[in-house]
Amino acid sequence: MSLLKVENVSKRFGELVAVNDVSMTVEPGELRAVIGPNGAGKTTFFNMISGFLTQTSGRIIFDGDDISNLLPARRVWRGIARTFQITEVFPELTARENLRIAVEVAAGYRVRTRLSRDADSEVKARVTDLLDMSGLIDKADRLVGELSHGDQRATEIMMALALKPRLLLLDEPTAGMGDQETYDIAQLIRKLHKDQKLSIVLIEHDMRVVFHLADRIMVLAEGMMLAEGTPQEIARNEAVQEAYLGKAA
Amino acid sequence: MWKFDKRAGDVLVWALVLTAPFWLPALGSYVELGTRVVIYALAAMALNFLLGYTGVLSFGHAAYFGLGAYGTALTIKYLCPSTPVGMLAGTVLGTAAAALIGPLIARLRGVYFAMCTIAFGQVFYFIAFQWRSLTGGDDGVSAWHRMPLDLGFTTIDILNNNKAFYYFCVLVLAASAAAMAYLLRSPFGRTLLAIRENERRARFLGIPVDRHIWMSWVISCFFVSVAGTLFTLMNDFVDPRAVRWDQSGNFVIMAVLGGMRSFWGPLIGAAIFLILQDYVSSHTENWMSFVGLFFVLIVLFFPRGVLGLIRRKSAS
Repeated sequence: MSLLKVENVSKRFGELVAVNDVSMTVEPGELRAVIGPNGAGKTTFFNMISGFLTQTSGRIIFDGDDISNLLPARRVWRGIARTFQITEVFPELTARENLRIAVEVAAGYRVRTRLSRDADSEVKARVTDLLDMSGLIDKADRLVGELSHGDQRATEIMMALALKPRLLLLDEPTAGMGDQETYDIAQLIRKLHKDQKLSIVLIEHDMRVVFHLADRIMVLAEGMMLAEGTPQEIARNEAVQEAYLGKAA
Repeated sequence: MWKFDKRAGDVLVWALVLTAPFWLPALGSYVELGTRVVIYALAAMALNFLLGYTGVLSFGHAAYFGLGAYGTALTIKYLCPSTPVGMLAGTVLGTAAAALIGPLIARLRGVYFAMCTIAFGQVFYFIAFQWRSLTGGDDGVSAWHRMPLDLGFTTIDILNNNKAFYYFCVLVLAASAAAMAYLLRSPFGRTLLAIRENERRARFLGIPVDRHIWMSWVISCFFVSVAGTLFTLMNDFVDPRAVRWDQSGNFVIMAVLGGMRSFWGPLIGAAIFLILQDYVSSHTENWMSFVGLFFVLIVLFFPRGVLGLIRRKSAS
């Protein structure tokens, strides 16, 4: 069974049709990239999957259940985690505290007023694991607001990962990053996809990253789906080259 | 260089609070001023649970402070002449009202939340003002007094011994502060920090933000009701001014003045506010102008409040 099925979703803002009748199916373990020129509706599309926005029409099926009208928190509970185009972290808390909150919420401790010693050490161990995996361990006790852009991004991705998601949505994970940082984040995403078999949908502008990582690519332009296929197919697609790659080059 | 240590700060605060009845008269002041500081400190700390640690501004906490006060006064006067029973009734009344109103406002943010808390607060003010047969209207609830605490084996005379009443209030403050600190250090408390820091991120971690804001609101109102019960016990009297919107404003001023990101900030703010009030009002009727000026200067130049300033100095 497909993990995520987006069926003919549209989103209107008054007269503007930001997303127009777009469908997408993501299989378990797949890494799907969504690309398109600025204003193509990629982020709006994402926002509907995560519940940040409600679609004007269409349905979203996750793991066989219709989640079209669920609140964001409930979609998270079902296993959909996301990051944002503009990094969303807890700036005045340390990286360790940021991750600790995510781990505790994921473990179902959000209304607990105390943890048993076992639970507490389990939480701490998991936080340390995540810090290790992301290379943030040396900066764990610094305020996230003081970290570099790349490290803030990594913190946000690790927070999403702390939720043990079954589907991870990444909105431009390498936006505004230098080459080295972009490479590091790409390697991290690759590791999550290959080693942990995590299903990922990502929006990305950096074509090196997209063609390096994606199993399949969907191209949006002016709110509509222009093409879908493997990286090779997309690279050969004339409509795509004209509308997007041609312009970018 | 002298370094501000958090534990040293705690010790200093408690040393000052516990010895206050002995040095306050020596400074030409009086024990009741200390009692007032302790009670307002509790109210401001309760407000700050919501403001400083959840990031939600309420301008209507006087309502629950007032419900605590009226509940206590009316219970002792008409139902049961016992201080603890009166306090319990006042606290239950204030908390229950907050719990019921909470769902109506927990979805609002920022100015809209603040405006609605004022509006609901004023509802209670006008009830206290208009329902003369119960509340005495403008004249308030008088002709009653707090009762000595009967512990079975001994009786503590908080009625006639002002030091005993001061320490009783300190005890309630200590228990409340400990409870709030405990909550804030728990997983639940961290979800509140998460909401303060970044509501969007909190929501997409799977925290049902509105529900947690409601919980924080109820906890905050619970403690402000407790402060209200002490307030009426201190005065042996309560009138609608305890419920009025400017009372809510005073709590906010105290919290911001002292530093809303510091646990003890509201206590420092309450002390500064009330000492200024006490001192300046003996010279001029317009004492509020001076408090206001001081407040504006603090907010303009030290947005983290007095304690925030001390922290920064000691960190550099």
